[in-house]
Amino acid sequence: MTQDKSTDADTIELLTFRLSDQEYSLDIMCVREIRSWTKATPMPHAPSFMRGVINLRGTVLPVMDLAERLGLPRREYSDRNVIIVVKQGETMTGLLVDAVSDIITVNQADLQPPPDATSQTAPTVIRSLTLIDDRMIRVLDLPNVVAFAQSEAA
Amino acid sequence: MTKPDPMEEIRASFFIECEELLEATQDGLQQLDEGCADSETIHVVFRAVHSIKGGAGAFGLKSLVRFAHTYETTLEAVRNGSLEADPPLINLFFRATDHLSDLVRASRDNEDVPAENGEKLLQELEQYIGGGEEDEDEPEPDIDFQPLGLSLDLDLGEAEEETQTTPRFEVKFSPEAEMFEGGNDAYPILGAIAGLGEARVQCDMSRLPDLKNLAPETPYLSWVVELTADVDEAEIASMFEFVEGLCAYSITRLDGANEATAQDAPVVLDLPMDLPPLPTPETDEPAMSIEPEPEEAAAPAPPPEPDVPAPSAKEARPTERAATSGQTAPKSVVRVDLDRIERLVNLVGELVINQAMLAQSLKSSGLSPHSDAMNGLEEFQRLTRDIQDSVMMIRAQPVKSLFQRMSRIVREASAAVDKDVRLVCEGENTEVDKTVIERLADPLTHMIRNAVDHGLESTADRVAAGKSPGGIVRLSAAHRSGRVVIDVSDDGAGINRPRVQQIATEKGLIAPDAVLSDSEIDNLLFLPGFSTASTVSDLSGRGVGMDVVRTSIQALGGRISITSVPTKGTVFSISLPLTLAVLDGMVVDVAGETLVIPLNMVAETMTLTEETLNTIQPGVDVVRVRTGFVPLFDLGHLLGYRDKQDSYVESVALLISHEDGSLGALIVDDIQDQRQVVIKGLDDTFYRAPGIAAATILGDGQIALILDPSDIISKAHDVNATAPLKLEA
Repeated sequence: MTQDKSTDADTIELLTFRLSDQEYSLDIMCVREIRSWTKATPMPHAPSFMRGVINLRGTVLPVMDLAERLGLPRREYSDRNVIIVVKQGETMTGLLVDAVSDIITVNQADLQPPPDATSQTAPTVIRSLTLIDDRMIRVLDLPNVVAFAQSEAA
Repeated sequence: MTKPDPMEEIRASFFIECEELLEATQDGLQQLDEGCADSETIHVVFRAVHSIKGGAGAFGLKSLVRFAHTYETTLEAVRNGSLEADPPLINLFFRATDHLSDLVRASRDNEDVPAENGEKLLQELEQYIGGGEEDEDEPEPDIDFQPLGLSLDLDLGEAEEETQTTPRFEVKFSPEAEMFEGGNDAYPILGAIAGLGEARVQCDMSRLPDLKNLAPETPYLSWVVELTADVDEAEIASMFEFVEGLCAYSITRLDGANEATAQDAPVVLDLPMDLPPLPTPETDEPAMSIEPEPEEAAAPAPPPEPDVPAPSAKEARPTERAATSGQTAPKSVVRVDLDRIERLVNLVGELVINQAMLAQSLKSSGLSPHSDAMNGLEEFQRLTRDIQDSVMMIRAQPVKSLFQRMSRIVREASAAVDKDVRLVCEGENTEVDKTVIERLADPLTHMIRNAVDHGLESTADRVAAGKSPGGIVRLSAAHRSGRVVIDVSDDGAGINRPRVQQIATEKGLIAPDAVLSDSEIDNLLFLPGFSTASTVSDLSGRGVGMDVVRTSIQALGGRISITSVPTKGTVFSISLPLTLAVLDGMVVDVAGETLVIPLNMVAETMTLTEETLNTIQPGVDVVRVRTGFVPLFDLGHLLGYRDKQDSYVESVALLISHEDGSLGALIVDDIQDQRQVVIKGLDDTFYRAPGIAAATILGDGQIALILDPSDIISKAHDVNATAPLKLEA
């Protein structure tokens, strides 16, 4: 659904970011903007990885702690944290991450499916893996990341 | 995104226009009914019905055309003085209009309307115009395209061997460029005419220049149709309704049998190209035909149809227009997509928030209140408020259309219970937010039915009580201190309080020995499952009445109250906010979070003291309010912000009036302010928290949640009853 760009050339642009010293990435086509961290208003009875809602130029944007969503330990936040605003279908969501690193272009062919073992801990949120300068970068499956939150909350 | 079908758009705008025409019809009938009609009134009604028929014909809505035609014929009889509009006939007209609007709606939604009612009305109408009039058998304009004899042959002199029994017409039709610009085409019009009977269509290409002189956007073709059909000129003229003023046409009766039309316009076949084509002169139209342009005046605010740009005929005949429009000068109106207005409303909401943020930061920067910046800010605040008000006004609509629907409810309801009831409307031009109007229809319908069914006595009882036999239901709307107040009152017997109390006791809604004040008894009507009528009638009395009304009014941020005077009648008063986009809220602090509670839900605020607090069992606290005990709810705990407090002494409690009339007290840490907040919807698909109605943005840019306190309390009740609260999920 976000691969329109990659079909014309066999490459895909990824936005990479850090979460607890691990490197993750998202297809850049689904990223709307990157914002600095502001205090979110907590929503009552929400799953704990939902940090609450923030004011994104007048719309109410739900913000998800991506680290907690992926099962990484919860941390304190500082001004250095950023929120990546993504659009999945018609829904805008903010993903709270440690820091944004880079935009990289990779060949579709260089993307490897994750080994089955990962599905034990975090089912299907990792779409594929790739190596950049010997660093492993995880490519997130955004629909699953967001959809899981939706079903959890419903 | 698929491109919308242009035909669908035209169809949609036809139905919008129908609504306006029906409104005009209602208006006219109302005037006739009240006896304040002048000669123009019946014309207005006639033209409105006629336009509906014309449009319906173009879209092939046969049942609509058929009914509108008979209705129109009866109206015509009144118009030309052969019938007198006495009350029974006006009543019939009202019912016919109701049916007509049913048909319009059914056609719009592609539904079927039960035929019996229509047939009955048709028969009644036909009785007035002497049943077997030939007009009745007239074939409906048939839009299904039959193969046309569309020859490009210039020879006009043939095909005269038609039978003389059916009238023959020569219809000339020369489109102007504007017609095509508006998306109209000649073919459907010719098709529609051909559908009236037997037609022979010839194309006149004599004006077609050489290719090198050809201006691509100038229409050169005109058509001559020889039509043999059992119709009158008006019928044919109505085929041109949608292109009125965008083409030149003439209709001539060929056999000369009808003297009335013998003086018809001379045949203008070859319009000279250097002259602007004449808009249809008045003489073109037979005596019985429509006068197309005053229809503009008939509807209260008819914007030109979007697909027909500024008919030139309008400018061409200003004097006539002025003469016919008379009292109801048309307002100029722009039809705007609702989405665009929504966007504007949102942007203005942003502006208000930004302005508040700016004000806050200027204040905190320690500027003197007399500095230029602060003065400028004040001016800015005033402007923002003005803009906000003006934008809200765009969404506002007069309650008239709503009230007109109610007059129909009164007619139907009074007929069902056999009472003579008159609806009196006041303040029809009071403007309310469009959404409010839409969502008021159901509760108001219910209240009107209640007033007719329960509020008013039977005719015999009224006479016995020395009242006039006809009951009056009054519907009024007015602006009062920033809110809209809508009253539904009747001049019936008033609430039978002993009976109400007796029923409430029987149903176990109140204790048998309860001593209630008059207003407390009146308010029992709002309890769920309460119904006073001894017999369940068709109209009302299923016991799902007033509590549902109250719930829907409260959902709109409104309040409903009731006053009743024995033998004089009952008044239900609804007070509503002007708009749904802003809300009067109480801004409170709970566990470090800022929350907004709709002000209309808060009955009272109080500070809790040792004396008023009681614990009836562990975990269940109550507060004494005058003579009653009200359960306490710790808002911070219910929302999962913190654990239950040990003591609530010195806390602030908001007394929430619950929908079933009971009270609950919500404990908050502090009350900050009462102010208007801009409502921001929460994305339902993402996350819906129980008890959270919406959100708003505060002056500091932070989001505050708007609570639905009664939802929170009822959830808390559920949880209290079953298991201890489990909050940290």
